[in-house]
Amino acid sequence: MLAFLARRLAQVLPTLAVVSVIVFSLQLLLPGDPALVLAGEDRDPKVLAEIRERYGLDQPVHVQYARWVWGVLHGDLGESMRVGVPVGELVMSKLPVTLQLGSMAFVIACAIGIPAGVLSAVKKDSVWDYLANALSLWGLSTPNFWLGIMLILLVSVQLGWLPPSGYVSPFEDWRQSLATTIMPAFVLGNSIAAVLMRHTRAAMLQALNQDYVRTARAKGLTEAVVVNKHALRNALVPVVTLGALELGALFSGAVLTEQVFTIPGFGKLVVDAVFNRDYLVVQGVVLVTATAYVMLNLLADVAYFLINPRLRQE
Amino acid sequence: MSPSSDSPGRRALRRLLRRPAAVFGLAVVATFVAIAVIAPLIAPFDPIATDWGAIRKAPGALHWFGTDENGRDMLARVMFGARASLSAGVISVAISIAVGLPLGLLAGFLGGWIDAIISRIADAMLACPFLILAIALAAFLGPSLSNAMIAIGISATPAFIRLTRGATLNAAVEDYVEAARAVGNPRWRIAVRHLLPNILPPIMVQATLAIAAAIIAEASLSFLGLGQQPPEPSWGSMLNSAQRFIEQAPWMALFPGAAIFLVVLGFNLLGDGLRDALDPRHR
Repeated sequence: MLAFLARRLAQVLPTLAVVSVIVFSLQLLLPGDPALVLAGEDRDPKVLAEIRERYGLDQPVHVQYARWVWGVLHGDLGESMRVGVPVGELVMSKLPVTLQLGSMAFVIACAIGIPAGVLSAVKKDSVWDYLANALSLWGLSTPNFWLGIMLILLVSVQLGWLPPSGYVSPFEDWRQSLATTIMPAFVLGNSIAAVLMRHTRAAMLQALNQDYVRTARAKGLTEAVVVNKHALRNALVPVVTLGALELGALFSGAVLTEQVFTIPGFGKLVVDAVFNRDYLVVQGVVLVTATAYVMLNLLADVAYFLINPRLRQE
Repeated sequence: MSPSSDSPGRRALRRLLRRPAAVFGLAVVATFVAIAVIAPLIAPFDPIATDWGAIRKAPGALHWFGTDENGRDMLARVMFGARASLSAGVISVAISIAVGLPLGLLAGFLGGWIDAIISRIADAMLACPFLILAIALAAFLGPSLSNAMIAIGISATPAFIRLTRGATLNAAVEDYVEAARAVGNPRWRIAVRHLLPNILPPIMVQATLAIAAAIIAEASLSFLGLGQQPPEPSWGSMLNSAQRFIEQAPWMALFPGAAIFLVVLGFNLLGDGLRDALDPRHR
């Protein structure tokens, strides 16, 4: 286990180092003098000089990078130019909202995608298989911001069942929190359900052709036991790992979903930062999401290692 | 013509055309391409001409898809919007292939430290969620359709690097590559003349599916205000304005969204069909 962890960490660290170079390099794309952008309306040469000195813009690029990385390693992602709050603090204050939305979306995606994939594989080439495939194509082809707008029209405007926008913390009022997040979570989970359905279908088709399934059937077990206890348990192993890869899609989707439903999370933070030209916040969000993605994938690999006896024995 | 004289391309095309879903996808894509090309000839109105007497008119005989908050004809805007979406899809994927294919080929064929560097860069880029990286790039480059295409193209590049690298590694151990090496072909010639044609099928499949993703990404960036700028029509920016009038003018959201859905569905069906027709593992 330790050797496995060490091997994976040895791959993760260089990746994170390159991520930091990419995120830092973003500011090099800014056209013109970054000090002018940071100064906003204020073009006073004194202010500009102060900004250059404060952010190290008068130093060579590699020195700027080293200073920035040093700060990041000490938890300092800089300060938001608009609200004057440390970027790390800002990101951490929005993260729980997106985590709530993301985890609800993931549960919804699993609740739709996995049963649909199982049904599709068990009833291969039947009407259920075609329906499940159509569902997955729908999920993959529907832009989630459009689905969000159309659901607001139907569920909130026409039927008046759920609020069209806003967010309430579950610690304040869990019912209202559920009411404000269930529709965005469904929207966000929709495309991930489609991907999970495809992975589950492929894994189940493979599992159903294995010898142990044939043996289970030969023993006279009911089809439900064969499918649920034997095939599905084994098929879920790759689905869990492949599902972890969808966490990136979850972060990306959250940007648009939070925008449509006016949810004050991580995604809304990055969009607002883009329009306020609050570039340090944009950099901070990219760095935090990429690091979170790498670490969650590492966790998924560890989980895969723990639940797969063949890997453990190697 | 006897089957033995068929080229692999023709055989793949025949397999593709035997799949109703793929043919439907191809027809949808072809229809949208045709609409985009001949939009100036068939659009009933100027897509950016405002008409203050026809603000937010519901669909009817004159304006089939209704009008928007500035009285502009929605049908004309959806037709012209196809230009922005399809060109963004194709150009950004062309950027990804132009950068990703040579890098993947280099990494897979040369190996060693070149492979290590290219693979680490690809891994790091893949770690940044696609749309968040595209948003950040578009934000730093400045909002415009061409910058959105560059941002999407760069963000989608690592997928092509990985795919090409993997396909090259698989193909490099084949007998025909050994044979090409044995007769003294230089390395660049082996890569370009022998490896490249054999790794193209999975790249074509990925390209078709990537166009679908790029169209959604362009619509997303335009929806956020980082792509096509008003008053030029784009399906994403049309949905952005539609959101403000969802109660009074739902058609403003219905048609551009349906257009994105249809064209993306078309590319997804075509991509799935191509994969079945070209990739022996999925047959």
